[in-house]
Amino acid sequence: MSMTTSATAASEAPKPRIWNDPFWRGLIFQGALLVVVLFLFAGAVVNARNNMQARGIPTDFAFWDRPASFDINQTLIPYAATSPNSRVFWVGLLNTLLVAVLGIVLSTFIGFAIGAARLSTSWLVARLAAVYVELIRNVPLLLQIIFWYNVVLGNLPNPRQAAPFLDAVFVSNRGLFVPAPVFRQGVNAVWIALGIGIVGAFIFRAWAANRQRETGQQAPVGWVSAALVLGLPLLTFFSSGRPIGLDFPQLKGFNFVGGQRLTPEFVALLLALTLYTAAFIAEIVRSGILAVPKGQSEAAAALGIRATPTRKLIIMPQAMRVIIPPLINQYLNLTKNSTLAVAIGYPDLFNVFSGTVLNNTGAAVQIVFMTMAVYLVASLVTSGVMNAYNARMSLRER
Amino acid sequence: MTAFVRAAPEPTLPPPAAASGLVATLRDRLFSGPFASVFTILGIIFLAWAIPPLLRFLVIDAVWSAPNGEACRAPGAGACWAYIWRKAGYFTYGSYPFEQRWRVDIVFAVGALLIAWLLIRRAPGRGVAAALFFIAYPIMATLLLRGSTILGLPIVPTDLWGGILVTLIMAVSGIVFSLPFGVALALGRRSTLPIVRFFSIGFIEIMRGVPMITVLFMANLMLPLFVPESWAPDRLLRPLIGVALFASAYMAEVVRGGLQAIPKGQFEGAMALGLSYPQRMRLIILPQALAIVIPGIVNSFIALFKDTTLVAIVGIFDFLRAVDTARLDPEWAGPTITATGYVFAALFYFVFCFGMSRYSLAVERELAKSRNR
Repeated sequence: MSMTTSATAASEAPKPRIWNDPFWRGLIFQGALLVVVLFLFAGAVVNARNNMQARGIPTDFAFWDRPASFDINQTLIPYAATSPNSRVFWVGLLNTLLVAVLGIVLSTFIGFAIGAARLSTSWLVARLAAVYVELIRNVPLLLQIIFWYNVVLGNLPNPRQAAPFLDAVFVSNRGLFVPAPVFRQGVNAVWIALGIGIVGAFIFRAWAANRQRETGQQAPVGWVSAALVLGLPLLTFFSSGRPIGLDFPQLKGFNFVGGQRLTPEFVALLLALTLYTAAFIAEIVRSGILAVPKGQSEAAAALGIRATPTRKLIIMPQAMRVIIPPLINQYLNLTKNSTLAVAIGYPDLFNVFSGTVLNNTGAAVQIVFMTMAVYLVASLVTSGVMNAYNARMSLRER
Repeated sequence: MTAFVRAAPEPTLPPPAAASGLVATLRDRLFSGPFASVFTILGIIFLAWAIPPLLRFLVIDAVWSAPNGEACRAPGAGACWAYIWRKAGYFTYGSYPFEQRWRVDIVFAVGALLIAWLLIRRAPGRGVAAALFFIAYPIMATLLLRGSTILGLPIVPTDLWGGILVTLIMAVSGIVFSLPFGVALALGRRSTLPIVRFFSIGFIEIMRGVPMITVLFMANLMLPLFVPESWAPDRLLRPLIGVALFASAYMAEVVRGGLQAIPKGQFEGAMALGLSYPQRMRLIILPQALAIVIPGIVNSFIALFKDTTLVAIVGIFDFLRAVDTARLDPEWAGPTITATGYVFAALFYFVFCFGMSRYSLAVERELAKSRNR
């Protein structure tokens, strides 16, 4: 935006004062800013070191290998109180990933369903969906988390009076008990069949797309893919003597044995995150579908295409282009919001690492920066991928 | 060939099915097709299942007035509104001393007046209102709430502040701080000066990339470490700084959207008139850019208002924390107290956030009207 003076004008006009020259002014301003920021930064570092030494707070990473000496009630990898603090970091990270991945999958399904319901021709269903979205979006997530935890899950019966669901799922105040899969000899064949099925489905899809481009003939991609991805492993499962079984929870004494226990904290956090994010996804889906011009569906109708293929082949592909960037953003928000686990004690990364380990070791600066770095890396990687995706999509546009 | 000539009129067709009236409206809106009909019936079943117990809990079986938790503990009792009524003072002021609460009331009233003045788009002198709200009001509120020995108001330490008071302090100071700072960051991000741009982008991306609770933790635990010991900020001020910085980064991205929507000709026209950079921004660019993004600004205020609940996690006694603590009071404790408190809190946040979102919708419609003229 700098003004350039032409050579002739410069020779005639007197040379401008240094503070009137945009180039020098910019340089001076930036220099001053740099000095101020560096001064603040250096001051912060010096103060932090002095203050930490004065209070005996460690400034190194020696805590990383020391034993954690506390228990965690949900661990995906082996962990004991004697494990080092580094192990706590990984346990917490995996717990965060678990709730984030499940939350993303569930909220996508619910969000798309609610978003579609908001556009339903049934006025009642559209209103109900709107009420859901407004109610959930306008109440803080933290309140929703503690509501699920203290009110809904806190009032469940104890294991002896837990209501069974199909004799397999038990809901009690000790958590949700569900059947757990048990893998026996020969299970690898099923996994291999699943892998072959997925690869095969992709190959078939590419082949079918190619053939349609050349000959115009369509192939039943959906059915063949389903047969490959689901049928092949199922066939292997039965032919190799059912190597996967289910372990059902059973009431023994005052608690359940067997099966998989989902802690109340996990269930409450997952429910709240899923329902909260689903409301936002529903709005994204709705606005994405509405963003497709009406002429598109009218043109499809004029070509004699039925409603279902119109939706599948014309509306949704165009809507998805609008939907995907904010959708990914919501996934990121869900992951960052999972830090609210600290309010109910679900052992996610923030809770066990920035909470318990920080309190035990006092290494506040190192731990808070490490935790921030994890989330920062996740969001920078995501936004990098998003930019690449957007660049690809906008190239295809015209 | 004989031509066929019709001798008698064609029989009259039956009248078309009603296109208006109650039956037609019901059919079009609820039963327009097989899918719609199935969903409508499912919706009706859901309402029949959900509404009666909710109504019973919230209204019919609710306890509206009681001296203590006795009546609410009775089996079959619904929501305990008497408890909310009794705790209203605690929810609003926290532990702020009784005889000094008039000071809080004045701050609330002046704030409500100024905000109303700012929000009504046809009100006269909104520039004056903005100046009062962004400069005079924070000073007045600080003096009144904290107290000042010169004015003869006893000092009330921030440990005693709580409830809605703290929630509104967090939200309003977040708004007051994040708007100017967000505008500055957005301008910095679009600046031609590389160092300014670098710092702006760095700050915005870091703040937007981390969860808010980590920013609050940093403000709470590390801010006192980063300054000389005697400067350590007040217990309430620390999360306030965290909230304000966090909100600024999101505000900056909203404002940047507005700046990007301004056609290049506006920048060039302003330059051709010989305006300096501050003049160009203040007189030409920002008035247009900010007007476009009013809905976005209001939306980030909504997010900010909801996010103030997170300060409860770092030990600040905001409204949510007050509600969550009051339910443990042995005089009232009972099976319905927790749910009552949470429903009340949800209602409080809902009224504020929904009100703001309706306002932003109305502004959006008005802007669309003037743009499509």
